[in-house]
Amino acid sequence: MEHIELFFKSIFVDNMVFATFLGMCSYLAVSKKVSTAVGLGAAVIFVLTVTVPLNWLLDQYILREGALVWLGEEFADYDLSFLSFILFIATIATMVQLVEIVVEKFSPSLYNSLGIFLPLIAVNCAILGGSLFMQSRDIETLGLALNYGFSSGIGWFLAILAIAAIREKIRYSNVPAPLRGLGITFIITGLMAIGFMSFGGMLTGGDDAPKADETKTAVQQEENTNTTIEAIDEVVEVSTITE
Amino acid sequence: MGLLSKKDSKLILDPLADNNPITIQVLGICSALAITAQLKASIVMAISVIFVLGIGNVVISLMRNVIPSKIRIIVQLVVVAALVIIVDQILKAYAYTLSKELSVFIGLIITNCIIMGRFEAFALGNGPWRSFLDGIGNALGYGVILIIVGFFRELLGSGTLLGFKVLGDPIEKTGLYAIGYENNGFMLLSPMALIVVGIIIWVQRSKNKALIEEH
Repeated sequence: MEHIELFFKSIFVDNMVFATFLGMCSYLAVSKKVSTAVGLGAAVIFVLTVTVPLNWLLDQYILREGALVWLGEEFADYDLSFLSFILFIATIATMVQLVEIVVEKFSPSLYNSLGIFLPLIAVNCAILGGSLFMQSRDIETLGLALNYGFSSGIGWFLAILAIAAIREKIRYSNVPAPLRGLGITFIITGLMAIGFMSFGGMLTGGDDAPKADETKTAVQQEENTNTTIEAIDEVVEVSTITE
Repeated sequence: MGLLSKKDSKLILDPLADNNPITIQVLGICSALAITAQLKASIVMAISVIFVLGIGNVVISLMRNVIPSKIRIIVQLVVVAALVIIVDQILKAYAYTLSKELSVFIGLIITNCIIMGRFEAFALGNGPWRSFLDGIGNALGYGVILIIVGFFRELLGSGTLLGFKVLGDPIEKTGLYAIGYENNGFMLLSPMALIVVGIIIWVQRSKNKALIEEH
């Protein structure tokens, strides 16, 4: 159930393009023809499905606070999360290179259709964004991380497919000259995003309200922990004095 | 400009209007849209990008003769990632709430296409001083659009600018609200960012006909 919910949530509710605007650069640049859009979309699904679980493992066993415990007790309070950007992007860049080499070796026909897009993908924000959202949303298991990578890839694929189809058709319409090309694509994407917002209430019946407070609660939690730490310190001081 | 030659000042001024990274080169759009619901966040984002792109361009330009071209993308990514970590840590230390609001989008400066685009197109082929100017110019062009979008979205969406209630108080019914004005909450939702950028492109291209695309 968890899996099904995450699957649909990442495709429709948190769609990478329409909800968080990730990967917009290649979304706008490569959406002139449906066939190329399909190629790039497939490559994004593939790379996201590989890199998100990999980065999940990195996050769990190296980066987050206390993750290094498996090395020994003395590493328990290390927090390397400030290194996550550099490690995630290194993983993505090497994975993309590796995938390129493997695909070239074993499936030249796939390489011919995907190949030119693979280098583009290393610097596609959707890929890094997938890993960063995976980290900030605290996805719990490796299976869920795999699911998240795959389904957000599908969401991105759907978005680029839809806009490419619309752009192929809009060539025959009489768009005001200054809006032609880029301008109208922006506005159409905006309208599509409004359409996708209607999926918002699809799963849990409108969980938008707590979302807005998320930052607030996070800050409050931080403050609370600070105060509790201070309180504990005080208690310790008092107890030492009484002794 | 006495300090800069004509050619150099062109490097800074060009990206501000006729060769703007967002509206003309179509680079770096991801972050431009997601964080512009408030003016303050847009300004912080603009400053972060100016810092990263200015310094990154200089670093890459200094290393341009020693980077093997096959692995240059990885080298570039490492340089940007290091700079972005600095920005991220500074924000976490001095502006914690803001860094929570920007959440993953500071990290996404790494894959901001403007940065890679300028490294590839300019810093790899030019000296450090010119690369620095080019970086600052392009980041400023990016920042200008961000600030325009943030200005309109915050003004029309919540009636404030940088948190100050410029249009009066919606609950007390003062200022504009006294005559029946209402905030347009729709402006705060993410799709409006796209439409605002679309309108900016429209205005810019109707002023400068040379920029109009065929299709």
